[in-house]
Amino acid sequence: MDLGIPGSRIYAYTGGKPFDPRLPCVVLIHGAQHDHSLWILQSRYLAHHGHAVLALDLPGHGRSEGPPERTVEAIAERVAAALAPLASPRLLLAGHSMGSLVALEVARRLPARVAGVALLGTAAPMRVSDALLAATRDDPVAAMDMINVWSHSPVVAPFAARPGSPAPGFSIVWQNLRLMQRVAAVNGPDVLPTDFAACNAYDGALDAARALQCPALFILGSRDQMTPPRAAQSLIDACAHPEVVTLPGTGHALMTENPDGVRRALASFARTVFAGVAA
Amino acid sequence: MSRYPGFDTLALHAGQAPDPATGARAVPIYATTSFCFDDSEHAASLFNMERAGHVYSRISNPTVAVFEERVAALERGVGGIATASGQAALHLAIATLMGAGSHIVASRALYGGSHNLLAYTLKRFGIETTFVDPREPDAWRGAIRPNTRLLFGETLGNPGLDVLDVPAVAALAHAHGLPLLVDSTFTTPYLMQPAELGADLVHHSATKFIGGHGTAIGGVLVDSGRFDWQASGKFDVLTRPYEGFHGMTFADESTVAPFLLRARREGLRDFGACMSAHTAFLLLQGLETLPLRMARHVENARKVVAFLAAHPQIESVAYPELPSHPDHELAKRLLPKGCGAVFSFNLKGSRAAGRSFVESLQVFSHLANVGDAKSLVIHPASTTHFRVPDEDLAAAGITQGTIRLSIGLEDPADLLDDLSRALKAASKVK
Repeated sequence: MDLGIPGSRIYAYTGGKPFDPRLPCVVLIHGAQHDHSLWILQSRYLAHHGHAVLALDLPGHGRSEGPPERTVEAIAERVAAALAPLASPRLLLAGHSMGSLVALEVARRLPARVAGVALLGTAAPMRVSDALLAATRDDPVAAMDMINVWSHSPVVAPFAARPGSPAPGFSIVWQNLRLMQRVAAVNGPDVLPTDFAACNAYDGALDAARALQCPALFILGSRDQMTPPRAAQSLIDACAHPEVVTLPGTGHALMTENPDGVRRALASFARTVFAGVAA
Repeated sequence: MSRYPGFDTLALHAGQAPDPATGARAVPIYATTSFCFDDSEHAASLFNMERAGHVYSRISNPTVAVFEERVAALERGVGGIATASGQAALHLAIATLMGAGSHIVASRALYGGSHNLLAYTLKRFGIETTFVDPREPDAWRGAIRPNTRLLFGETLGNPGLDVLDVPAVAALAHAHGLPLLVDSTFTTPYLMQPAELGADLVHHSATKFIGGHGTAIGGVLVDSGRFDWQASGKFDVLTRPYEGFHGMTFADESTVAPFLLRARREGLRDFGACMSAHTAFLLLQGLETLPLRMARHVENARKVVAFLAAHPQIESVAYPELPSHPDHELAKRLLPKGCGAVFSFNLKGSRAAGRSFVESLQVFSHLANVGDAKSLVIHPASTTHFRVPDEDLAAAGITQGTIRLSIGLEDPADLLDDLSRALKAASKVK
């Protein structure tokens, strides 16, 4: 389904069921150079277990309109504007990597609506090396290879991740690369440098975390090379009600390397934060 | 990872970690039809694609999944589906993408079984094929119709080793919103990764070099993940809700792998041409040594080609590394590691001389297969291509005197001795 107004529409995959505004809603927010499809298993599970699901394509990504926004705050403005008119009683915002920063900023803009925030593969600050930033502009092929390598746990483990995602027989490493290539092909070469520059420049995470009026769940990968668990510690400390789930043997690509671990953590968190929310 | 693992490492490790239940290092053979559910909720979530896992071995099996993921890793594809044979893989690709009223443009230099499927069997089901000279871009372009849904060729055409210009044909296909499927059986991912050259779908008869030991029939279909089905606008099967599976719109679920989702959820489920766990185990044994074997296959093939090309009883040898081959320059560009180990040659003299040659060989086995560790020989006109009309045979570069060899891993000196002996016997036949 599409959210927002013509010219700035945001596409949302609803997990294989029609969106029901009466249900508590889980909003899934992808990271840099990605789209909604990273959340396929979690989306379908949550949608078939009592939730409305909106797995977004961020502005300028996948099927969503407009150019990519240049700052985390600007992305959050667009997302918050799209979510605000929904009749959904309460929202759980789950964001991965850059999407985790967007989730924090959306929560700051919609404090009365947000029942919980789940931050996956997060860090504060989320600095990007000068070499990678330069590569996103000057050599996107090399940059995507670098990002893909660092997005997975070390050595050959991600080529043998179990269970397969989204099903047995899939290669999560090459899926991730092809998805980044597809976003570049469909949405243009500007997305990659814009997303990574936005992550690098964003300094508001700790303030946003301190302002949270709802529980926060951190889902971290013990073998995350992009945002190692220690990089999330300042954010964890800034939250009044943090819960931390560290998935063993898992890299930055949490939803595909460990789809069951992410599903369990998100479903449990949703049960907690939506307890008492009328359907 | 600090970089991607190398090809040889993936051939050994991709798809499998030591078995968590037993610690077994080798891939266990999960000889089971079905898998127990934890509870009703677990069962429902597996059926509804909310969780990944195994339900029934026609749809997926842990041993088979290792094979699928290993081939996908080697091909740099988003995933793979193992099938009962190479022919089943070809059929699965076609049946997933189209139905009656659709059209395929295919190279005319195809394995006889593929030619039969396209020219006769699929026609009976309302799918028509136009065969074209794979070397003629205008022929490919001119054959495309509004109802065309696929372009198809072999990376190395059977048996004349026409080298498919994968980048050029892929570009042409994409300009028309169509995917390119290639049969990469003769090249294997060791010699060519078609997905990196622009092919959208790749299939293998894994019976051949991937298995490598002549012990199991199997196939595999790999999706590069590169084709944009949504943008094409020609594939409602992937971009519209499918009543046959929860009303799922596969392109909404997965941006880069909707084809594989439908091929598994519909094609394996309904046509059922799946691979057994035992077969997957045998093929995995082959995959582990694929890089070593292919290097030796090519090394031996080059020696045999050089020997035959210089022999006075040989009229011609069709091997793209020879300057006389029409695709010599293209092969240098697309196949720098070698042109495989299956090739054909024409013997001077009568058909009887050819028969004498084949029957005099002792190290080479006379049978209908290629890609075995052992060297093989066959006479295409009377076997693999016997249903193909003469004019089509000629167009594919096959004559009554054409003999096809599949060069194995024996001591090359023994192969040359065997060929010398057989050529001598053939020379005595008038």
